[in-house]
Amino acid sequence: MTPRRLAALLAIALAALGPAAAWAATPARVGSKSFTESYVVAEIVAQVAEQVGEAPMERKLGLGGTGIAYGALASGEIDIYPEYTGTISHAILKDASVTTVDALRARLRPLGLTISDPLGFANTYALAVARDTAARLGLRTISDLARHPGLSAAFDAGFLERDDGWPGLRRHYGLQLARVIGMEHALTYQAVASGHVDVIDVFSTDGQLARFDLVVLEDDRHFFPDYAAVLLARASLPERLPRTWTALQQRLAGRIDNATMARLNAEVELDHRTFAQAAAAFLGDREAARPTRRRDLIGDVGKLTLEHLALVAVSLVVAVAIGLPLGLLAARHRVVGQVELMGIGVLQTIPALALLAFMIPLFGIGKLPALVALSLYALLPIVRNTYAGVTSLDRQLVDMAAVMRLGRWQRLAWIELPLASVTIMAGVKTAAVLTVGTATLAAFIGGGGYGTLIVSGLALNDVRMILAGAIPAALMALAIHVAFEALDRLVVPRPLHGARGTAR
Amino acid sequence: MLALRDVTKTFGARVAVDHVSLTVERGSTRVLLGSSGSGKSTILRLILGLLRPDGGQISVDGGMGYVVQEGALYPHLTARQNATLPARAEEWTAARMAARLDALAKLVGLEPALLDLYPGELSGGQRQRVGLARALMLDPPVLLLDEPLGALDPISRAELQTHLVGIFRELGKTVLLVTHDVREAFLFGSTITLLNNGRVVQEGTFEDLARRPAEPYVAEFLRAQAPPPNMTAYL
Repeated sequence: MTPRRLAALLAIALAALGPAAAWAATPARVGSKSFTESYVVAEIVAQVAEQVGEAPMERKLGLGGTGIAYGALASGEIDIYPEYTGTISHAILKDASVTTVDALRARLRPLGLTISDPLGFANTYALAVARDTAARLGLRTISDLARHPGLSAAFDAGFLERDDGWPGLRRHYGLQLARVIGMEHALTYQAVASGHVDVIDVFSTDGQLARFDLVVLEDDRHFFPDYAAVLLARASLPERLPRTWTALQQRLAGRIDNATMARLNAEVELDHRTFAQAAAAFLGDREAARPTRRRDLIGDVGKLTLEHLALVAVSLVVAVAIGLPLGLLAARHRVVGQVELMGIGVLQTIPALALLAFMIPLFGIGKLPALVALSLYALLPIVRNTYAGVTSLDRQLVDMAAVMRLGRWQRLAWIELPLASVTIMAGVKTAAVLTVGTATLAAFIGGGGYGTLIVSGLALNDVRMILAGAIPAALMALAIHVAFEALDRLVVPRPLHGARGTAR
Repeated sequence: MLALRDVTKTFGARVAVDHVSLTVERGSTRVLLGSSGSGKSTILRLILGLLRPDGGQISVDGGMGYVVQEGALYPHLTARQNATLPARAEEWTAARMAARLDALAKLVGLEPALLDLYPGELSGGQRQRVGLARALMLDPPVLLLDEPLGALDPISRAELQTHLVGIFRELGKTVLLVTHDVREAFLFGSTITLLNNGRVVQEGTFEDLARRPAEPYVAEFLRAQAPPPNMTAYL
């Protein structure tokens, strides 16, 4: 079979696996984006559903941003995840005029989707001031600020620039502040708590609000778009699991206000509870809510190491199995080779996260799309070095093989591959080390591995957790480098040891 | 027999081989003499089928062995594996290969102990003998040699020259040997073809070329490599 036909067959086989994977699972699957609030609400949904017991629950949490989480829902990889009305109208329906729950439901119906009633809280931009400032100046609403032009503010760079941030807000309310400075968001809390500035921008359910004892000013003239939290679900879910859906509506809709959500966020981010514990506390399950040190994820390093290693090993084997024949093909046909190398080069310019997102409609979420994306990413160094290794062989040695009338495969197996092995192995090694790093992104589509810690750590702003994922990944890259030195000894013929591949 | 009729080869605008006709009788040795760029190596590559001629005919009866400068041995294979490679491609049995290599090693003057070393562990002369054994492995009637001794030190070179002349005579091969070395041409060639700029300038015995040069270039080429007359007196 020619390598070309092999590649075509493989593509068809992989494409066929996508829908198959979507039909295989029967439990209800709840997803979340990768930030605290989304994790907590998803965990609440899962626990409520488990109490109803209509179907087993599967958690697919931490699915990156809207693109990935919505992609997973649209392709049927998950059944439900927490979303915001503003995000649904702006980013999903791309029609800002659709705002009410009924209108949203009507527009989502043709897509096979539906939403719950609003949960009660809204995650939106807001302005906050210290509690004593609010008391001293009688500040309750944003309009009240207009009466105090002497106040100073520190805003996040994004809020300072965006038209739906400070510039628009100032026009809408006719505000005048004495001093407005740009500042990294995480630092603005300290600035307002210590009295260096009076007003900062926050998210309305921010866990830090309680810690720094801040008061959120009411958006009395409705400038900020409504980002009311709802549950976005496949329309089949209420039909398939009616009791679960009813329980979710009754126990959650209108039951989680801004202050409650901010408190739950704070429990996770500041008190180091797990998402599950915070969710159980909300649902009144004292036993499950009892705080233990939230380090169970870090305790999973052993399991994550195996997952990560499996991601790297499988994608590398696939990349070699595809890349080696592609490299040889490129070396044999000059035109095919140039087109091929360009194509693979272009593939490399797609940001890894975007490539992962593209995989969702084809392969769903989880390990399969991660492996496909990682394999594609690992191709370039392998194809390039195989091509370079085979085309840069000493011409006399190649001619001699032709003169001896070696067959095509004899030439390949006895002469070309052994001689090019140093360069090819250098390419495989590069691919392996790169893949260890890229594989940390797999967690964004539920692929597992060290990225799980990094994604959660980023969501929680927990440097310890991020490092618990990043350091083992770095160590694994080192270990793989060392392992490949040993593998070189096996693969590269002895007399060629010490020869260095030139192509990188 | 080996014959070229009116063979031409150009690389872009450059004419590398210009209407060359050449016949080497069965069992005889022909030397292609010329400076670098004269087209002599290109002629070998045309005969081997590594290049396609732009015009003319080439005919060879039977298989060919090819020996090049430095031997062109595969660095990842031992001397034995290198020499037996053509037989391996023909799927000979191990015993047959071993017997053949034993005989060839004796013929080309290779000690059996050297056969299990890699090319990097052999001297230039030893590598060249392995290359020769490989070319002779399948006992081809025609042998093509491209500056086979070019990279050797003077002593191994002189030694191997005499050795080769004996081998060619003993085996009765049809030999075409390319060199730029007038002394080598004198030793090997009953007939010499002198090339310049891809053209045959003169064909004949060494005596013909020396005594009756067809063009001033012939005398010039031979004289340029002659030892100074007063030097031979010391040797």
